[in-house]
Amino acid sequence: MTMIKKLLTTAIATTLMAGAAQAEISNDMVKIGYLADMSGTYRDLAGPNGLIALEMAVADVGGQVNGKKIEIVSADDRNSPDVASSTARRWVENDNVDMIAGLVASSVSIAVSDILEESGKLGIVSGSAASSITNEHCTPNHIHYVYDTYPLANGTASAIVKEGGKTWFILAADYAFGHALEADVTKVVEANGGEVIGNIRHPFPTPDFSSFILQAQGSGADVVALANAGADTTNAITTAGEFGLTQSGQTLAALLLFLTDVHALGAEAAQGIQLTTGWYWDMNADARAWSDRFMEETGVRPTMVHAGIYSSTIQYLNAVKATGSDEAQAVRKQMIATPINDMFATNGRIREDGRMVHDMYLAQVKTPAESTNEWDLYNIVRTIPAEEAFRPLSESQCPLVTSK
Amino acid sequence: MSMILGVPVAVLFGQLLLGLINGGFYALLSLGLAVIFGLLKIINFAHGALYMLGAMATVILFDTLGISYWAALFVAPILVGCVGVAIEYFLLRKIAGQDHIYSLLLTFGVALIIQGVLTNMYGVSGLRYSMPDVFKGGMNLGFMFLPYYRAWVIVIALLVCFGTWFMIEKTKLGAYLRAGTEDSQLMQGFGINVPLLVSLTFGFGVMLAAFAGALAAPIYSVTPVMGSHILIVVFAVVVIGGMGSISGAIITGILMGVVEGLTKTFYPPASSAVIFLVMVVVLLVRPSGLFGKEA
Repeated sequence: MTMIKKLLTTAIATTLMAGAAQAEISNDMVKIGYLADMSGTYRDLAGPNGLIALEMAVADVGGQVNGKKIEIVSADDRNSPDVASSTARRWVENDNVDMIAGLVASSVSIAVSDILEESGKLGIVSGSAASSITNEHCTPNHIHYVYDTYPLANGTASAIVKEGGKTWFILAADYAFGHALEADVTKVVEANGGEVIGNIRHPFPTPDFSSFILQAQGSGADVVALANAGADTTNAITTAGEFGLTQSGQTLAALLLFLTDVHALGAEAAQGIQLTTGWYWDMNADARAWSDRFMEETGVRPTMVHAGIYSSTIQYLNAVKATGSDEAQAVRKQMIATPINDMFATNGRIREDGRMVHDMYLAQVKTPAESTNEWDLYNIVRTIPAEEAFRPLSESQCPLVTSK
Repeated sequence: MSMILGVPVAVLFGQLLLGLINGGFYALLSLGLAVIFGLLKIINFAHGALYMLGAMATVILFDTLGISYWAALFVAPILVGCVGVAIEYFLLRKIAGQDHIYSLLLTFGVALIIQGVLTNMYGVSGLRYSMPDVFKGGMNLGFMFLPYYRAWVIVIALLVCFGTWFMIEKTKLGAYLRAGTEDSQLMQGFGINVPLLVSLTFGFGVMLAAFAGALAAPIYSVTPVMGSHILIVVFAVVVIGGMGSISGAIITGILMGVVEGLTKTFYPPASSAVIFLVMVVVLLVRPSGLFGKEA
């Protein structure tokens, strides 16, 4: 009897304590883990400069929330889901990390989100492209902030079809991301009355694109679309320039191109290319002002991923402040309830499935004559409204949405 | 238009030509490796990093000192060759006579350090390098548009490869080299400075890699990681040709460029694997390689 009584009281006491802890900031500190590619292909678009963006956000809220210190830890995921998983597990299980930020390679984000769900912690994905992260891979424990493959396909492809690019040849990286983007683009092209007349899946990475560019040229398609990323895209664009692809009347469409890629190519090689972006450093006064600060710290202009890391961290810390808690569900609920109006987005909002929806932008790379400095690279051609840009909830396969 | 296996003949010609051009790069790189292995028995895993260094040097020399492409074709290999001599003199010499695995691990470590330092300094997005004006544009061959630069690559790569082969196999200097590495004590007895010969040979192999790098700068993304992708392919080429065979490395390099080019036409997803498939088959049928001496 006494045994049972003891057990019961302990159980009740524990429950009460757990409840009490939920409304507080655990371990008297908010701990953020920055997990990203720090040395590989995606280093420049996120990497060490993303950590600086995160530190800027923490400094801007004063380094503490409700009197509790904010601490940052960081690690290189080496673009490996295995490395990322073991780091994330150690962080949430042993090191009291409350939120994981950064998250670049799509495979990494999907692996880490599973761990977050198991451990009940929160993650904010800023770098990944795959739209499946908030579709079939959605969890109640992560948010996908900056962009995904749905608007990339939607923005660029529909604009080009409407301009008269009816027949398409798609050059896709032969892995999950490339396949997803290829499928999304095909859908958009066909929905707008165009036709995909050929495609090639090239190995990742491919250093020499001459053979594929020659095949794309031979196809006679109006548009040659690149469904790849990073060095593959810049290599393909350079080779297309060398082989006179656009001079022979074909349009080159790069579906995922970061500011750092365009900067590496230069206005000369990249001029005229249309692309979809979630943010551009020179798009308005707020963005410009923040970019100037970022440039002072890093020496370069920020990509949309850097800006997203800053913005999402501020949103997160504000939510911790408002709820007085760092418990994932409380914070996520608060973040969903709060519209986002800052240097990154206007009227952005986080949906039930964890997708942050905001206006996306169709940009065109400036000509060398238009470009006034090495980072002055885009003309914003069109604003794609949030509702049009992202996959509508009605088409979602996310259980958080469909079970309702 | 006549077709072969569903591919128009004209397209096939184009792909064959491109394969030849890529083969030129493979030949230059595998030749350097073969010289270093064939004469010094060193497995140089830093070869990719030194190729990258050649490309980076070409870009950086232009950006900082305004050194033109033509000058860089000489200056970059000489600079990187000096790095190679330093690696041989300060590091590899210390483990001379040890098992192959030591030189492999040592050079692999050196490659990681070079790559890591440059990644920290320059990032991974790639450095900008414009094509020299003479090479802008190209010619219409009827079956394809051939950029002038690619034509130049195949010509110069073949010339350099042939020159190297000639020097090692047909001249007195080459005879000293081969003899010096075969029996260094005897050669030293004849008054030949063998350690110097070894340093210079390693430096020369490295220069070939850096030359390929300089040649690659105008057409490929110049990044600190560009060498790590190509290194493994080039090693496969050397194995197929027969470790240490000079002419084998050249012929196999060009051949593998063509095989890869054809795969890119008929079944693109396999194009990064096809060279390794060939390697497996060659190792099974002829373990010493196509042109290897010891059977």
